[in-house]
Parts: sequence; structure tokens; C-alpha cells
Amino acid sequence: MKLRTLTLGLLSASALAFAAHAESITIATVNNGDMVRMQKLTDDFTKANPDIQLNWVTLEENVLRERVTTDIATKGGQYDVMTIGTYEVPIWAKQSWLLPLDKLGDDYDAKDIIPAIAGGLSVDGKLYAAPFYGESSFVMYRKDLMEKAGLKMPDAPTWDFIKQAADKMTDRANGVNGVCLRGKAGWGENMAFLTAMSNSFGARWFDENWKPQFDQPEWKKTLQFYVDLMKADGPEGASSNGFNENLALFQQGKCGMWIDATVAASFVSDPKNSTVADKVGYALAPDNGLGKRGNWLWAWSLAIPAGTKKADAAEKFVSWATSKHYAELVASKEGWANVPPGTRSSLYANAEYQKAAPFAKMTLDSINAADPTHPTVKPVPYVGVQFVAIPEFQGLGTTVGQLFSAALAGQSSVDDALKQAQDAATAAMTEGGYIK
Amino acid sequence: MATQQTRSLARFMMAPSVVLLFVWMIVPLALTLWFSFQQYNPLNPIRDGFVGFSNYALFYSNPAFLQSILNTLILVVSVLLITVIGGILLALLIDQPMWGQGIVRILVISPFFVMPPVAALVWKNMIMHPQYGVFADIARFFGMQPIDWFGQHPLTAIIIIVAWQWLPFATLILLTALQSLDGEQKEAAEMDGAGFISRFIYLTLPHMSRAITVVILIQTIFLLSVYAEILVTTNGGPGYASTNLPFLVYQKALLEFKIGQASAGGVIAVILANIVAFFAMRAVGKNLDK
Repeated sequence: MKLRTLTLGLLSASALAFAAHAESITIATVNNGDMVRMQKLTDDFTKANPDIQLNWVTLEENVLRERVTTDIATKGGQYDVMTIGTYEVPIWAKQSWLLPLDKLGDDYDAKDIIPAIAGGLSVDGKLYAAPFYGESSFVMYRKDLMEKAGLKMPDAPTWDFIKQAADKMTDRANGVNGVCLRGKAGWGENMAFLTAMSNSFGARWFDENWKPQFDQPEWKKTLQFYVDLMKADGPEGASSNGFNENLALFQQGKCGMWIDATVAASFVSDPKNSTVADKVGYALAPDNGLGKRGNWLWAWSLAIPAGTKKADAAEKFVSWATSKHYAELVASKEGWANVPPGTRSSLYANAEYQKAAPFAKMTLDSINAADPTHPTVKPVPYVGVQFVAIPEFQGLGTTVGQLFSAALAGQSSVDDALKQAQDAATAAMTEGGYIK
Repeated sequence: MATQQTRSLARFMMAPSVVLLFVWMIVPLALTLWFSFQQYNPLNPIRDGFVGFSNYALFYSNPAFLQSILNTLILVVSVLLITVIGGILLALLIDQPMWGQGIVRILVISPFFVMPPVAALVWKNMIMHPQYGVFADIARFFGMQPIDWFGQHPLTAIIIIVAWQWLPFATLILLTALQSLDGEQKEAAEMDGAGFISRFIYLTLPHMSRAITVVILIQTIFLLSVYAEILVTTNGGPGYASTNLPFLVYQKALLEFKIGQASAGGVIAVILANIVAFFAMRAVGKNLDK
């Protein structure tokens, strides 16, 4: 009896000691395929770090954004690692809400991160989030329909060419739309596309004094071109179409061209899900010869909130999940085509990856063509290609997105939409104290 | 007849739940009121503080505000009209003796068991979608152009979805009322030579009036706060075409993180809901006293 009590006592004491030693960190992430795969592979991390336990909170993109924003703004302290995008990083870093990532380990090779991506995640030269996967946008098109139209897609098309090609490819009787573009309102939906597009038309959100620019001719040209193009060659109900809706349309062969995220390439070229998998070609996002292309830049990244008490363990995890070692781990288990794209130059130099992903070169070229610190033709006071990295942008971007979506649906004219956008932006910037 | 003692005892025993319910309501309401006078944006914490009525002024001057009130009212009134009239007709119909009556009744009330976001998704993607929807297929079959419901007629589309969800509730309540109508009265009216229409107007409808009142009151409360259907289908757009008051408050609070303005919107919504409830009670609540 005594021996038993003693053994039990010893056992519970050692369990307590272990529990005190083991640290558990909570990671908030988005339910995208690449992140779900990461969770399945965490054994590799916990084997190397037996004293760190991982708790996952996996959420849909919009919900995740609401939760982590509320948590960090109210200093809730629920999470030790947060998955955030290039929009949040510069704003939160400036508020001192994030820890700089300067202890990622000797073999991390931070210089290998693609410069455009690293630029979007750094403030004053310091990295505040490590990119898990990155993307730009480009043109995905149907080679067979281009041929039928008697045209050849250049590697770097102009908007005029896109319009001409869309007109020729549109065959409504057979359900083929020349071009599919985002129309669903939202700062991350239609405004991501339209803001990036407006850059190539020479437009900008604000001038150097934060005065909204929707009353300028460049915006009028952008929006008019977009509305006319979609009316002539776009699908029915385009004002409800976001990324997922257009992906489905393209996979079913209902779009001649689709200008959207580079990560879509692996979905449209996957024969299991796409009826046009063997007919897809890729080209850079269009331009107007003004020096800027209509492509964006985004990276889902891992960051550590300043309030965490487990910064070291969190940083170890961030380092593991965004390392070259992780890329090799995915390649060994699931093949090179499934490695998270768009973050490291070394991946694009890898011959095996180039073979497995025919869109690799165009993806890298697109990412390199975007410059978040100088996104527009004329100078601007903000960072961000398809967004403006200020806290007010989430709300303002969505409001303007609604107005432009109404113009696309024909509920208002282009001029009215622009005038209302100018008013909304002026009100928001005055309220935020940017303009007096 | 209750004695003085039993009445005091009843009050004493009810007190905890009354206090709990009171606190339950008063704390969130007080907090909302408090925040509605604060400049509070968690994303921009530098500019906090008391700002008087400026949140109310900003919320009011928002171009979406008047439109959202109008949309809220159109939504409530239209759905009430469809569900009450449709409910009466359906109740009359499924009250008739017919083969498979049980199954028909279950089918009629089944939409009520579907959760609002699920119902909205089904309507959006399978029924009203201009490419893949059933309506589009039907339109194409007859050689017509499919309707882009959520782009061209967003509020109508939402009214249809919400009415579809609430029609079973109205039907169910009205059917119960119909079944409580005394069969002898009907027979007597019939023997006196009253036709179907006069029987309906002079006998059935007055008998159902209390049930209709209940349907209108309960539905008004829920319809003032329709939200999930809008979030899933149109996100309030295009423009502000389908933004109602609860959705506008959500946009201010969780998309723009303007807690002060959202709270002001919440207070305005509470006041408006009370005005509507007051008139609804005055207009139709009298029926309940009979």
C-alpha cells in the first residue's frame, strides 16, 4: 500500500514537473488547404521540440480576421501566433502590436525570401511576419479559344489586347464569356482587383496629402473600362462573383480569360477539378504602358503578437513553418507541386518544382513585378499594391467596393459611383484625422 | 382569489428571475449607450474619448442610413404581407381532407427547420444563381434571359428567401386557428345558404384574427433583425440596395471597427424597433384583449 502511494506520488510529481516545463502555444490560422496540410505535418515539429505543444484555432478567412483583429486591438492575448496578411503587418507593426522576428535561427536564410514579399512584411527594414505562402495576380487564359479567335497571347499583354481578345472569345450562345473578373464587393474582393488595375491606369487612392483621388480622370478611365468590358464580355451576375465563383466558372470552361490570384493556377490546371486543365496558358497582368502592371501582392504570414509570454516557443514554430526544411518536408510527403508557393527564391530555382508547376516562372515574374512601397505611377503616402495600409481601409475599401459593385450591376452610373466614393473617402479621411 | 400573503410570497419568489432578466437587459443596453458617446476604434486607439452626439450625427449623415431604414421597413412589410396572405391560403388548402395529408403538412412546414444561412446559400447557389440556378434554367428553357437576382433585384431576392422561411410559421399558427373553428358553425352557415366566400369573410377570417395578430407581432420582432440572409447573399449590396439597419450596424462594428458609431446605430435601432412595436401593438394588439 505504501509503495503504491509512493509510486503514485512520484508519478504525479513528475507529471507536474513536465507540465510546468512543456509550453503550449495557440496558433490562429486560416482554413486554406496549405494551412490544413501544415497541421497534419506538425509531428515533425513536436518531435524536434518535445517541450512545445501546439493548439490550433482554424477559421474561415473573414472570421479569422475579425477574431485576431479584435484580440490584438483589445489586448486579449488569446493567441501566440497569428496568421495575418500583408495588409495588417505594416499597420500593426507601427502600433507596436507585433514582435520583430530577429531570432528565426541560423539556418533560416531570411535573405532567400523574395524581396517584394519581404518588403511588404517589413517596417524600417525589420521583418515583422514570416511569409507562409505568397501570391500575385496574373492572366489565366484558354489557349484553344485564343487560337480559335486567331490571336496569340503575349507574355505581357496590354488592357487593349485583353479587350480585343475578350470581344472575340465571347460566345454567349455556348456559354463562353470572354473574361471573368471579380465583382463581389469587399476590400479583399473586387477592390483588390480594381485597386491593382487602377495602378496600371495611373490612378491612386490618395495624393501625397491624403486627398482622395476618385474625382480624377484616371479613376474614371479605370472604372469605365472595367464596367464596359464586363458588360460586353463578362458573365451574368458578375457583381456577385468573387474568387471562388470565378474559379468555378473557369474550371467549367465558361471563361476565356480570368485575371486573378496566382495560387489559382494549381486549381485550374488540376485535371481532377478542372475541365480545361490541359488548355490553360498564363501571362502577366495587363498594363497600359505607364510602367505599372495591374497585378497585386499578398502573403499569408505568421506573426507574433507583442503581448505573448511565449515568444521564444512561438518564434521557433514560425521559423519551422516558413523554413526551407518545411518546403522539403511537404515535397517529400505530397510532391513538389503542393509546396506553399511564392515566398522563397530558392523554390523557383529548383528544377523539380519548375517541372511540377508549369506556372512557376510566371508566378515569380508577377510577384517581382509588384512593388508595395511604390505601387502607383504618381507618388503616394501609403504602402500596399491592392490596398492602402491604414486602419481605415478595411471599412472604406468595402464601402467603395459596394459602390463600384453597384456600377457593375447597372444600379448606378460610373460617374455617380465615383462621386459617392469620393464623398465616402473624404468623410473617412476627415474622421480619421488625415485631412483637416 | 389570492390572499395578501400568497401574493407577497409570489412576488418574493419571482423577484430573483425578474432581477436577473432586468440586469440581463440593462447591462448591454447601458454599455451600448456608453459606447455611443465615445470615440472608440480599437484599430486607432490614440483618438479615444467622450465625443458627445457626434457618433449619432455621423451615423445619421451616412448615406446608407436612410436607405437602410427604408430597406428595413420594405423588408418587414413585404414579408408580412406575403406570409400572412400566403399563410391563410395555404392553411385553407392543407385543412382540406386529402390523400397524404400528413406528408403534405410536414413538407409545407419543413422550410422552418432549415437554418437561415443554409437556406440563403441554397437559394443563392442552386435556385437564383444566374448561371447554374433553377430559375435561370427555366428562363433559358422558355428562351428568356435569366434574371440576375442579386445584382438587379437584391432586396426582392432577400424578401423571397425570408418569406419562404417564415411562411411555414404563419401557416402553422393559422392552421391551428382554422382547426379550432367549430364545425357546427360552418354547417349552420352552409345550411343558411352562405357561399364559400361569405363564409370565409364573415366566419373564418374573424375567427383567425387573433392568430393573425400573433403572427404579425412575432414576425415583426424577428424581421426587424434579419441579418444572416443578407450576409450570405448580397453583403448589403450592390451599393446599399439591400443594407438594412442590423447589417449597417454590423458593418460599422466588425468591418470598420467604429464601435462608437455602431453603438449609436444600435441605440437608434432600439428606438425605431420600439416605435414600430408601439404602433403594431396599437394597431393589431387590440385583438388580443378580446
